[in-house]
Amino acid sequence: MNIASLAPLAVVLPILGAALTFALNRNPLAQRVVSIGLLSLTLLLECLLLASVWTTGTASVTLGGWQPPFGVVMVVDQFSSLMLVVSSVISLAVLIYATGQGMADGDREAPVSIFHPTYLILVAGVSNAFLTGDLFNLYVGFEILLTASYVLMTLGGTGPRIRAGVTYVVVSVVSSVLFLIAIAMIYGATGTITMADLAIKLAELDPGTRNLLHVMLLVAFGIKAAVFPLSFWLPDSYPTAPAPVTAVFAGLLTKVGVYAMVRTETLLFPGDTLNTPLMVVALLTMLVGILGAIAQSDIKRLLSFTLVSHIGYMVFGLAMSSVAGLAAAVFYVAHHITVQTSLFLVTGLIERRGGSSSMDRLGGLAKLSPLLALLFFIPAMNLAGIPPFSGFLGKLGLLQAGIALGTPLSMTLVVGGVVTSLLTLLAIARVWNRAFWRKPEDAEYPAPVLKDSAAVGLLPRTMVGPTAALVVFGVALTVFAGPLFQLAGNSATQMLDRTAYIHSVLGGNAKVPDIAGPDTSIPPQGGGK
Amino acid sequence: MSVNLTLLIVMGVLYACGIYLILERSLTRVLLGLMLLANATNLLILATGGYAGLAPLFSKSTDPRDYNDPLPQALILTSIVISFAVTAFMLGIIYRTWALARQDDIQDDAEDRRVAKTPSFDAEDDSVVPEETSEFPVTAVTEAAKEGGPL
Repeated sequence: MNIASLAPLAVVLPILGAALTFALNRNPLAQRVVSIGLLSLTLLLECLLLASVWTTGTASVTLGGWQPPFGVVMVVDQFSSLMLVVSSVISLAVLIYATGQGMADGDREAPVSIFHPTYLILVAGVSNAFLTGDLFNLYVGFEILLTASYVLMTLGGTGPRIRAGVTYVVVSVVSSVLFLIAIAMIYGATGTITMADLAIKLAELDPGTRNLLHVMLLVAFGIKAAVFPLSFWLPDSYPTAPAPVTAVFAGLLTKVGVYAMVRTETLLFPGDTLNTPLMVVALLTMLVGILGAIAQSDIKRLLSFTLVSHIGYMVFGLAMSSVAGLAAAVFYVAHHITVQTSLFLVTGLIERRGGSSSMDRLGGLAKLSPLLALLFFIPAMNLAGIPPFSGFLGKLGLLQAGIALGTPLSMTLVVGGVVTSLLTLLAIARVWNRAFWRKPEDAEYPAPVLKDSAAVGLLPRTMVGPTAALVVFGVALTVFAGPLFQLAGNSATQMLDRTAYIHSVLGGNAKVPDIAGPDTSIPPQGGGK
Repeated sequence: MSVNLTLLIVMGVLYACGIYLILERSLTRVLLGLMLLANATNLLILATGGYAGLAPLFSKSTDPRDYNDPLPQALILTSIVISFAVTAFMLGIIYRTWALARQDDIQDDAEDRRVAKTPSFDAEDDSVVPEETSEFPVTAVTEAAKEGGPL
């Protein structure tokens, strides 16, 4: 039996965990054991899936005995299994962190009886979105993770969270409605919603209809991924949630949107019809996002804006539709999930040690807690793209692919990417200078806890441990960048070729249509880095 | 595929009202707008199933073309359940907003307004020694600067 046929367990195990933890809501200890145990098991399974896909290639699982294109299929290929592994690593780390915070706080901020089941449902939704090979099932996956995220966003029901939650819920529901409209129209035009089948049937449509469907899907996913004109909701809503929730949202939710965009661009609508608008949008996302970050004085808001800004890099890689560009984008997604999550977790620690996440109230943290400074410094430099970290390698790959493409627009984006990277460094350096380096007395409104050097015990090990583990994981992405880039390159080649995906779902006899529009096959530049 | 004109017109009206309502600032109206949008979309999915036919229960004597397409109905069922859950949650949030703030309106993000009003001149970055304006005691560093001593 092929290990890939166990893929649905990546969704089933977290849902089972959610049911168990919900039943055990009077016993916090049992809840913690069940949720951490089941999530570790899921991670192990996903590592096996990745290994199996690496050796035997793309595999698909038919659910309920309905043969595709009629039933729902789950497809495990290199990209989806890589996403699964990275997302489970960070969701496990965040879960342990949140458990640590809950134990230390006595569950004032995050009522544990609700937190664990909701969190596991969120993980199940994310896994479902990564695995599914059916467009409507992708919608269901999105709804699972969004509904869980509504609850996590408004946890505790305090004023600011409710205010931010309203915006978040309304925007998410509108984007879901747009996605559903797109699905209805696609079904009306083609009579199928299995993605592999759509890849064949969409190519037979009139170009005007096809472009309409394409744009509708991209707008719906663009809201979820927070691409520039549609990114307004993110810096407003994320910073108010509890630190672990913000961390997992920042790491995963926007990346699920990016993942869906990648599938749309490569599997459903290949070719370069929308590459120019996507590149313009990518440039604006990078620049507007990072300029917003520089203006902020709250670390969580600043990081939310850098999150928006760096989505632009991934869209840039995607918009090149070359193997080198897509490979760099895949690598960048894996890097960014890890780094952004670690930074938000560290911000949670900063808030704990310094009493605030506002830079006007912080100072002297480097002296008070050198470990905290180190934990912030490494992912911060990684985010800004300082060599030798993985952020540098990912950006280098993107810039090389952009230069290889050589059009005036891609050259503009290369310049924009470098400028954004430098501005990220500026924003991060402001945090470093103000929160960590200056004396506490220099802060505009210093938090009283900063002067109390005896209060070192404020950082519980259960919170520092997972943060440190995630920082180490981020550094490991740098150390193993060679194999990771190879994996990213393979998955990019597979996604642009589409044969393996379509054949694994519909059988070896399915005819893969030629890519519509002018030839866009650009030879891979240098393969690795 | 044929399209039912009545359904199409109803759908258009629902979309128009829904979009008008979600642009309001009152949360209850936004919620009503979202419900109308969800139902309009359900009608759209129904329209993609083609003309109405027999219930898709298999019998050997029926021509397959006489059946209705069952898939859109399955999709609508799922989407009704999802919009039900979201509506219930939104109602909870609206009630909570009312309980906290005694108002039904979407409120501004205070921090965003504050950042927007901040001048581009930043005392920390741009000036040599800032005048002490806060209510907190004058710090040692600025005192040293006033006396012309080494910083």
